[in-house]
Amino acid sequence: MSTAPARVRMAGLSATTVKYVSLVIGVIVTLVPLSALFIASFKTSQELGQTGPFDLPANWFNFENYVTAFVRGGMVEGFLNTTVILLFSLTGTILIGTMAAYAIDRFHFRGKKLIVGLFLVATLIPGVTSQVATFQIINGLGLYNSMAALILLFMGTDIISIYIFIQFMQSIPASIDEAAMLDGANRWTIYWRVILPLLRPAIATVVIVKGIAIYNEFYLPFLYWPSEGVISTSLFRFKGPFGAHWETIAAGTVLVIVPTLIAFVFLQRFIYRGLASGSVK
Amino acid sequence: MSPITTTPRVPRRRGRRGSSGAPAGQGFFASLTPYLFLAAAVGLLLLLTYLPAVNMLWYSFTDWDGLDLEKNVVWLDNYVQVFTNPQIFGVFFVSLYYFGGSFVQMAIALYFAALLSYRTRFSNFFRGVLFFPYLINGVAIGFVFLYLFQPGGSLDTVLGWFGLADPPQWLGDPAIANVSLAGTSVWRYTGLNFVLFLGAIQSIPGELYEAADIDGANKWQQFWALTFPGIRRIVGLSFVLAVAGSLSVFEIPFIMTGGANGTSTFVIQTLQTAFNFRQVGLASAMAIVLLAIVLLVTFVQRKIFPDEKVDLT
Repeated sequence: MSTAPARVRMAGLSATTVKYVSLVIGVIVTLVPLSALFIASFKTSQELGQTGPFDLPANWFNFENYVTAFVRGGMVEGFLNTTVILLFSLTGTILIGTMAAYAIDRFHFRGKKLIVGLFLVATLIPGVTSQVATFQIINGLGLYNSMAALILLFMGTDIISIYIFIQFMQSIPASIDEAAMLDGANRWTIYWRVILPLLRPAIATVVIVKGIAIYNEFYLPFLYWPSEGVISTSLFRFKGPFGAHWETIAAGTVLVIVPTLIAFVFLQRFIYRGLASGSVK
Repeated sequence: MSPITTTPRVPRRRGRRGSSGAPAGQGFFASLTPYLFLAAAVGLLLLLTYLPAVNMLWYSFTDWDGLDLEKNVVWLDNYVQVFTNPQIFGVFFVSLYYFGGSFVQMAIALYFAALLSYRTRFSNFFRGVLFFPYLINGVAIGFVFLYLFQPGGSLDTVLGWFGLADPPQWLGDPAIANVSLAGTSVWRYTGLNFVLFLGAIQSIPGELYEAADIDGANKWQQFWALTFPGIRRIVGLSFVLAVAGSLSVFEIPFIMTGGANGTSTFVIQTLQTAFNFRQVGLASAMAIVLLAIVLLVTFVQRKIFPDEKVDLT
């Protein structure tokens, strides 16, 4: 009689063990590649050659590689450029996206179906392939090899944020607009004074999701702004001069990952939510 | 701030939310308002997405090199070359490694999502760690794994602990290189699938599970009868993203091997054809072929999961 519950309990216990063991394995597989590089970033060149990849560095305060990466690797320039691009592209994306979402959700007008369809189909085009022809446009506008090219591309090709804004806008009751209209506000005033402030949570989502995407973007700056670096391309250039110096490459890589890690720790919940609303559509 | 409205207007009918808001009497200019709000977004969409797409189609029928003022129309020559030249079409097979990898990725993601949907200690920590790789910069990931795969590097050391001596050249051996790169891709993207699956699982009402418990269904039965149907939609979507994604793989092989050792993908080939070999016409045809395949896959998926209509308005 007593064996049956005991067996259930045993089964439960081993299931729990399997569960935690597999989770720990998952964590190890995720962290080992990163930690190997982290360890390497504190070693001297000589040390790196003589010790195994998991032997801890002799001096955890050896920041020489970081200084080299930061100064000689052009990462200062990379971080500055990325910040400026982020600032302009995000502001542009938010204004353009919220205005478009306001028009699509709150107005009936001729051609609305067509425009919505155009936005929909555009999400299906893999961005990196159409660069073959986009390049000619940017070049024709005289923007090749400039920061403006990147800002324009980041602002113009982001349909996901328009989706996020539309979705959120649908949850704002139209009676609010109507009340404002009764008070005599025109459409621009309503957009600027009523809608935009109410969209704040959606704006936060877009800033986070889009901010991460821009920070991580590699190919657009690689192609359109070859003379200067953003964070990705500055790091990519390490392949040349530091090709044999893994300690410097490691430090540069850690420098690029750390801001992401900090942002993730503080914004976890918003990041999950943003991704869900961004990619499910 | 505003002129005093003398005639209080009756609130509009319910049910037609936001119908043409133009107050009577403002006529033409008011009807322009929605277009003004849309101008920037639609303008950029046409300029940066549709104009290039149309141009690309046009280039694909020419032998243009990207510089010449004259474009000679060659009709379908480029397309014939895409499908008959094994050097071009052959790279499609590289996608199969990534396609295979995406199933591994979805399986792992589904496993951990199902696991973490039950009460678990430190679940936020586990969730965070599993997801984090997805946020990391692609170039950084490339370097992390170049270091990992080095001969005598971290991976070989770990394998050595388990007594596996004589490891292969992870990136140097063409027979293995694509597997290594696809593995990197799995490492990078599992977190995204995981978070999406987890979100879908958690949106299934808990009462259903309680009812299943009362009926005596075990966890495995609950998974197949409740969890899996509940997330079918997102699994279907992930499948489409997997096909489209594995056809348009670019960053990881480009950063890590530059396409050497037989790791070139269709997109790497396309971009090199356009920008290194200056055959914009041929490259455009390649891009159009890829685009057509992606559209086809999406269309098929919409047919299979018709309930998954995107409602935008």
